[in-house]
Amino acid sequence: MTQTVFEPWNDPNEKPLIQFRGVTKRFGDFTAIDNQTFDIFEREFFALLGPSGCGKTTMMRMLAGFETPTEGTILLAGQDIAPIPPNKRAVNMMFQSYALFPHLSVWDNIAFGLKRDGMARDAIGDRVAEMLKLTRLEKFARRKPHQISGGQRQRVALARSLAKAPKLLLLDEPLGALDAKLRQDTQFELMDIQEKTGTTFVIVTHDQEEAMTVASRVAVMDHGQIIQADTPARIYETPNSVYVADFIGDVTIIEGTATRDGAGYRIDFAEGQPALYAETDIALTDGQRAYLAIRPEKVSITAEKPEDKRNALRGKILDIAYLGNLSTYHVELPKGQIVRAQTANTRRLSRRSFTWEDEVWLSWTDTAAVLLER
Amino acid sequence: MRRFTWFNATSLTLGFAFLYLPMVLLIIYSFNESKLVTVWAGFSTKWYGELLRNEAFLDAAWVTLQVAFVSSTIATVLGTMAAYVMVRAGRFAGRTLFSGMIYAPLVMPEVITGLSLLLLFIGIGLDRGVFTIILAHTTFSMCYVSVVVSSRLVSFDRSLEEAALDLGCSPMQAFRLVTLPIIAPAVISGWLLAFTLSLDDLVIASFTAGPSATTLPIKIWSSIRLGVSPEINALSTLMIAVVAVGVITASIVTKRAALRQQADQRAAERA
Repeated sequence: MTQTVFEPWNDPNEKPLIQFRGVTKRFGDFTAIDNQTFDIFEREFFALLGPSGCGKTTMMRMLAGFETPTEGTILLAGQDIAPIPPNKRAVNMMFQSYALFPHLSVWDNIAFGLKRDGMARDAIGDRVAEMLKLTRLEKFARRKPHQISGGQRQRVALARSLAKAPKLLLLDEPLGALDAKLRQDTQFELMDIQEKTGTTFVIVTHDQEEAMTVASRVAVMDHGQIIQADTPARIYETPNSVYVADFIGDVTIIEGTATRDGAGYRIDFAEGQPALYAETDIALTDGQRAYLAIRPEKVSITAEKPEDKRNALRGKILDIAYLGNLSTYHVELPKGQIVRAQTANTRRLSRRSFTWEDEVWLSWTDTAAVLLER
Repeated sequence: MRRFTWFNATSLTLGFAFLYLPMVLLIIYSFNESKLVTVWAGFSTKWYGELLRNEAFLDAAWVTLQVAFVSSTIATVLGTMAAYVMVRAGRFAGRTLFSGMIYAPLVMPEVITGLSLLLLFIGIGLDRGVFTIILAHTTFSMCYVSVVVSSRLVSFDRSLEEAALDLGCSPMQAFRLVTLPIIAPAVISGWLLAFTLSLDDLVIASFTAGPSATTLPIKIWSSIRLGVSPEINALSTLMIAVVAVGVITASIVTKRAALRQQADQRAAERA
């Protein structure tokens, strides 16, 4: 049985739903979006991820129609959307504050957009009932927004923005106001609803875990530019820059000079330390500065020097962060660099093999570390 | 902190006496049998009966109500529009000047406002009467409405309007269906404020009123000059009663709405 993988961005025959073509947005002297060109495909769950002020919200507001690009064009299904006002776009948005109308009941909030379209009364009733069922809010239809809890409000906002069956749904930090546990449940609910409705979702978030969980592709942004846009797995495993590697998850960055060696490069990073080795597809010139990014869970920690691995460093345990299921060791190398190593706590804590101040060996395979140019 | 001390009791008594003694006196003397205002001659409600037969007073009251109703309505529409523009327009050159100019009439001496309006009406050859009083009252009460409404608009979540646009409203519909219902309490209190201001205005009305129309405050003022009659006491007592009932009702309604909202919120958090 062949499983079809959902990867329209790799299919040259697929037509993108949204196309950004050289889009720049300036507010006075400040450049919020800097000449961006990228595509979002139908049925995608696309996440814009970045620190605050990186331009992700501006990007979303341009799609909704609350901002217009200074330069460049945005196409929705092949049509330039710049001249179309927000109320005429087949795009709906779920606001960070939810923006529920406080003077209307849950039912009327969801029906609001449908009424503006001049839909027949019966049809509105059916559609609202369907949305209430989808978001499990049937019991609360007659309540006002201040009479329901935060999680329920979030679902009303979602139901309201989905009611008009938009081609594209924009979600602005949709889970920001929920507590951690509810957030997780809601993330899966969002994915479920996205799959059921087949709507294209674009989500803005500063929470990398959230982006990784829900999205089919994540675009990591910084200073108005998308640094890398790819699947969560590829963003994590093969980041294209130190910025992305550092932004997503935990990582140790070792800076050194590269020398070609077989299928990869040898990295000299400190005097008196053995050289490290990483296989890679990228081409560097000998003697070039390069960065090794190593995820802590790919580093093994042992008492004896492992014979079979080329990357092996000796160091002293400086700190142990115990997270319950995992422990992260901060190991200091003789020159002062800190390398992080993570192990799963499969045994009880009392049987832990290493403790503070222990001398240990850190090692990883030739393919474990990612070699980066910048 | 809830301690009874002689100092607290004294200051409370003095304060309230200062505020309410004149009014209490007026109410008591409105039930005076005697025609002499300062001599008590037993309880009677006859001056209320006299008042109802006094056509001049009734006419003036009718004019006052008309003026107050129409001018406060126009002032509410204009004041709300001004507040909306000032809050929404964001930064532009001369914004401070404009908002200052909207609020300036608040501190302008009424005599000057009245005089300048009089000069204007004479200048353009407008006959003074109900219409000119309405215009004058609209002018000065508009800025009060604008202050009340803009303080509500400042705390108004802008994304509510954006959500309305996003769901297919034209900007006009967004204002009518979302913004207006939410700021309605502020608009209503603005209207009430304008209404009361117009109701008791003497200075501006006396500049802009003509022989064809006299408002109640002008009427009271001019009859006082011929001596205080118990009829006026009765009339004033009625006005105090109307205002008191209005204020008390408004505060009860607001209080109960707030309590209900709190109870709802608590119930929602528990659920």
